[in-house]
Amino acid sequence: MDSNRAALKAARPLGLALLPLAAVALLVAAPLWALLTEGLQPASWDTLVAGSTWRVMGYTTAQALVSTALSIGLALPVAFALYRLSIPGRRIWLALITIPFVLPTVVVGLAFRELLPFAGTTWAIIVAHVFFNVGLAVRVIGAVWGQLDGRLGEVAASLGASAFARFRLVTWPLLRPAITAASVLVFMFTFTSFGVVLVVGDPALPTIEVEIYQRAIQRLDLDAAAALAILQLVVVVFTLGLASRLQQRLSVVGVVADVSRREKPRGTGDYLAVSIAVFVAVAVILPIAQLVATSLQVGDSWGLTWYAEAFAPSDNTTRATPVAEALWISSRYAVVATMLALVLGMLAAISVTHLKRGQATLDTIVTLPLGISAVSIGLGLLLLSIGGPLDLRGWWLLVPLGQALVAMPIVVRVVLPVLRSIDPRLRDVAASLGARPIRVWLTVDGPLALRAAAVAGALSAAVSLGEFGATAFLARADTPTVPVQIVRLLSRPGEANLGQAAVLSVILVIVTATVVGVAERARPSKSTGW
Amino acid sequence: MFRRFFAQGPTTPVPGRSIALTVGLITTGLVLAACGGTSGGETSTTVDTDGDPVVVRVITHDSFALTESLVTDFEAENNIVLELIAAGDAGEIVNRAVLAAGNPDGDVLFGVDTTLLSRAIDADVFEPYVADAPLRPELVAAGLGVVTPVDDGDVCINLDDAWFADNDVAPPTTLDDLTKPAYADLLVVQNPATSSPGLAFLMATVARFGDDWPTYWQDLRDNGVEVVNGWSEAYQGQFSAGGGSGDRPIVVSYATSPPAEIVYAADPKPTRPSTSVMLDGCYRQIEFAGVLRGTPVAEAAKIVVDWLVSEPVQEDFPLSMFVFPAREGVALPAVFTNFAKRVDAPLEIDPATIAAQRETWVEEWTQIVLR
Repeated sequence: MDSNRAALKAARPLGLALLPLAAVALLVAAPLWALLTEGLQPASWDTLVAGSTWRVMGYTTAQALVSTALSIGLALPVAFALYRLSIPGRRIWLALITIPFVLPTVVVGLAFRELLPFAGTTWAIIVAHVFFNVGLAVRVIGAVWGQLDGRLGEVAASLGASAFARFRLVTWPLLRPAITAASVLVFMFTFTSFGVVLVVGDPALPTIEVEIYQRAIQRLDLDAAAALAILQLVVVVFTLGLASRLQQRLSVVGVVADVSRREKPRGTGDYLAVSIAVFVAVAVILPIAQLVATSLQVGDSWGLTWYAEAFAPSDNTTRATPVAEALWISSRYAVVATMLALVLGMLAAISVTHLKRGQATLDTIVTLPLGISAVSIGLGLLLLSIGGPLDLRGWWLLVPLGQALVAMPIVVRVVLPVLRSIDPRLRDVAASLGARPIRVWLTVDGPLALRAAAVAGALSAAVSLGEFGATAFLARADTPTVPVQIVRLLSRPGEANLGQAAVLSVILVIVTATVVGVAERARPSKSTGW
Repeated sequence: MFRRFFAQGPTTPVPGRSIALTVGLITTGLVLAACGGTSGGETSTTVDTDGDPVVVRVITHDSFALTESLVTDFEAENNIVLELIAAGDAGEIVNRAVLAAGNPDGDVLFGVDTTLLSRAIDADVFEPYVADAPLRPELVAAGLGVVTPVDDGDVCINLDDAWFADNDVAPPTTLDDLTKPAYADLLVVQNPATSSPGLAFLMATVARFGDDWPTYWQDLRDNGVEVVNGWSEAYQGQFSAGGGSGDRPIVVSYATSPPAEIVYAADPKPTRPSTSVMLDGCYRQIEFAGVLRGTPVAEAAKIVVDWLVSEPVQEDFPLSMFVFPAREGVALPAVFTNFAKRVDAPLEIDPATIAAQRETWVEEWTQIVLR
């Protein structure tokens, strides 16, 4: 039996693990390699030590820190209300505050540009960032908060601790790892945010992502752009490293209740938290309502003019890409990108679960694109297409490939927990009954993985549809995706262009929401991933 | 080849056999697409007036405009379908063409101007072609035998006449005036990194002040100059005339902007424009059209370039894009002959100097004005 086991271990599908890993590694490493070779040149030193670079870095960091602090500060009472208190319509409120996270960035940018009286300032960026990330923070923090044992607080109360003291001495230390995790995520997303900043920000104050884009596309200074992308990557990796150390130091032995218990709200504090939660959930609707309003506003009255224009442009000279065509282009890219992201992500996840050693390293490698930022992926692929061994410039597959690299970490995050939850003894049993490795995988892992893949696929499709950072570098002039077309329309004057940009945004929101809604229904109920 | 594969769309993988099948599909796709991606550019199509129409993709800047019937007539007469793709400002479309040199996203590029031409030529973006038409010789010379001049115009400071009358302030007459306290917080300009007129105005100051231009911009900054990304944000957004709700009466625009004020005014049309041009510090911009190297439809692309400098199109440009035609002997509309200023001695910098210095200037400008 023992020798049989050893043989089994040796027979573990090494090929299945290594070949796809090589493919994934190549696809992730190639654009990164292109960035490094372009960005690490003697002349890059001048870019890195330039005062302007550090002002941009400082500004990017500052807005990200403020955005993170506000997002977390707002998320705390909301998470408390939604995960500790029993309030009517809890699932609806929760669903509402999660909506922004899957909305396309340029759409949110456009909505806030029209909604906020102070659009074009740093505060507009921060408001949009908080809108984007508060739901994510609520989910991450709430998942832990909801499982804390309430009896601890009751004990503290019976010993005479005030509400504030109970929070500070009992809840806070237990929540700290979750708050740290949420803060790091929000910081990373706001630090590497692009579409929103480009549309709603102050043109004279670029963040690092906007600066990379402008250097590359508007000034054609590819070396400096690549150097900045590397600098940004260093900051993100450093933040991740710091976070994981912090996480280890802060982690507390789980004090988790067997049954999560939500209590009826009582007292001013509880009702205040509930009001904040409802306020946030309702506030989420405002920008979407603004989009609809902008798409319907024609001069001083209301109408469907922009919808008609968008579907059948009457101005033949400028020949704006009709909505239907942009949607068709975006959909085709989304299908290819989803397939690529699924194949790459699933293979990566399968490899990670099957390899005995180096899991953590692999885990980091396959999630790295999350930190590389969409703009850097786009720049890396662009550089690769120009300077790589093959002339790939203008190749349509670069667009879905870039989108797939952006979506891949999400696939891994969804699929990996499901695969890890499979009892390895099941595989051993199947193998001892004579099944070949591929058959073992297909009968044991396959059905579960398929379900997770459906969810991951829908999320990838949503990411691809709304993706702007990588696509902005790679999309061909004659085949703009919907987000690219929205930004193009916004750069032209007049209310007709604004109206059509709003129409495209409304349609994109509807399509994305449908895709994600389907995914949420298919999601396994006990998923621990995203 | 890759287009056909792509048009069919990928097959949905069958559950169970998904991995092997999908990997197979992807590999096939990669191979197919790689073939398609590197071909092209070899074949040159002659235009057949009976067969399927030839599609010519014309990449333009966002400000391109032309009367619709001219386009449809041209298409019908030449059995050509025009795809007019407005893909960003002049700088952006040229940069993207540079990145795609030899494997272009389109067939014709319209909108490369004097400040950007050297960059495009250095990157070998164009297949040299100059239309055989009676064009103004000095413009043809500026195209260096690679591209065809289509129009020109002068980038000048524009003034809101009503504002100066209402506030009892004498309008500025020279570039130096703009740094004086009387004109504090009144000027809005475009970012030269992102805007063609913005770059032209920077060139004007370099041409005028030589090595002292950074001092001039430092003075402008101290005097409260406002910077926006594009022409429309400046003229239609921040400028106090120009239909916007802005509050700045001095803006960088074109010498042909005042006639546009009449053409676009609501009825009854005013007899005089509400804005005027400051004749000092104007910079001449010539816009060119070129055949992109690597296009599979080079012959049809040349026909499109010829059409852009044909008489009907050249007559249309003044009122559709507010520029002067490059063709000689084209009748100008009355509103142009009356109110569009032709600057006698516009500032210019020779293309070689621009090619060598442009990046440094823009970088330095950014440090001085935006940081």
